[in-house]
Amino acid sequence: MEIGFGKTERDRLNEELLQKAMAGNRRALAKLLSAVEEGDVNAETLGLKNHLDDGTIIGVTGAPGVGKSCLIEKLLSHWSNQGLKVGVIAVDPSSPLSGGALLGDRIRMESADSNPNVFVRSFATRNQPGGLPVAVGLASNLMRNSGYDIVLIETVGAGQAEIRIVSFADRVVLIESPSRGDLIQAEKAGMMELADLIIVNKSDLEGAERAASEIQTALEISGKPPPVLLASAKNGEGIEEFASKLKSLPVKSGAEMARARERLLAAWDSALLSRDDISDIINGLIKEDSNAEDWVKENLRWSNG
Amino acid sequence: MRIVIAKPGLDGHDRGAKVVARALRDGGHEVIYTGLRRTPEQIVRTVLDEDADLLGLSSLSGAHAFLFPRVCQLLIEADCQEVTVFGGGIIPMDERSELFDVGMRAIFGPGTKMEEMTDFVSEVENRIHSGDPVGVGEGGDWVWQNGA
Ligand SMILES: Nc1nc2c(ncn2[C@@H]2O[C@H](COP(=O)(O)OP(=O)(O)O)[C@@H](O)[C@H]2O)c(=O)[nH]1
Ligand SMILES: [Mg+2]
Repeated sequence: MEIGFGKTERDRLNEELLQKAMAGNRRALAKLLSAVEEGDVNAETLGLKNHLDDGTIIGVTGAPGVGKSCLIEKLLSHWSNQGLKVGVIAVDPSSPLSGGALLGDRIRMESADSNPNVFVRSFATRNQPGGLPVAVGLASNLMRNSGYDIVLIETVGAGQAEIRIVSFADRVVLIESPSRGDLIQAEKAGMMELADLIIVNKSDLEGAERAASEIQTALEISGKPPPVLLASAKNGEGIEEFASKLKSLPVKSGAEMARARERLLAAWDSALLSRDDISDIINGLIKEDSNAEDWVKENLRWSNG
Repeated sequence: MRIVIAKPGLDGHDRGAKVVARALRDGGHEVIYTGLRRTPEQIVRTVLDEDADLLGLSSLSGAHAFLFPRVCQLLIEADCQEVTVFGGGIIPMDERSELFDVGMRAIFGPGTKMEEMTDFVSEVENRIHSGDPVGVGEGGDWVWQNGA
């Protein structure tokens, strides 16, 4: 239903929710985040200001089990003790078979359901490679606009779609643990390129220092290595240094470039995949229909230089 | 659907709740499990922030008599009257009507097949689409008939 200057009923509802969310209403923010997840929010129509890269949206990534959620809990209590409000977007994969998902990061974050200065929202990837990264970008911006001083995005750093998700953060932290060879995995996935800081968690365990120095040595070859710190979500060691390092991180041009590239690709993916005629185009390409092939040539012409 | 599975009360067994969470995931739903020993306030906070469509409460130790109605009341106070609440665990037959009275829509006993639970969720989804009341604060007298 169109009302006025191209604004739909949905847009008006979203505007109302945004006003309430900005006034501190949790329910309105939660509803708006759902709308974002469904792809029902148009940032422009909503009049949402673009997020300025000011280091307040932070991606936290790393293999499953390295302790991302536990470390985030530590940051949540550290920052909320300083009077800051913190939002978290925790992304977990949807099952490719059933489409369902178990979203379990909150269990590790005790502040999630008790600290009034904290807002944790779980997102499933929903097997939509195009839309989700852009949605997470918009969702973090919404949290920033709703009074949350810092937003953390937790995601498993494997696969292109998930790398694209953290590319919407201003800074990216890669979490490692001493007990595994995740470094190689992260390197393969292109995660190293994006990281501004590397935390070796579980410093209470044997081998953490050795893992940290191995990572450091491996990174030195690459020119501008990000700092590597030890921390433990278990005994709290290194958490303060972690938090203050996050504040003082310089923007590395290499990581900056890589992130900008991923964001561009995500926006492109999303624009392409949300076209109404995308399945016609794909079907046309399968049948080697010349109209579909012409469309691709026409619209992707510039991609061949 | 987005479903929160929660375990109010003090007992330390959550195998049942985890089995339900996994079954609903396999049924294509997004399930947020809250972990053990949550207070009604904490459970409602999770439902609110996660914008869940349904809330499943599990109890083995008699927690249902006081805690389930408390959760329902807090949900309504938090403006979440359209959330569907169901329960599971060891809940005697003669205590169930009181739970339906406070707005719960289904109670599943220990032997319930997982399929029945996913059928229930589908039915809730259908009812939402056709505008029939299913929420904890939406009134109407619809409750899930076990085994039906
Ligand atoms: N020993 C030790 N265990 C930890 C530490 N941080 C997290 N863990 C454990 O690692 C497991 C995975 O933690 P979680 O935060 O869920 O990891 P995620 O998958 O990266 O989010 C849990 O069993 C935690 O108890 C730590 O600093 N030291
Ligand atoms: Mg986690």
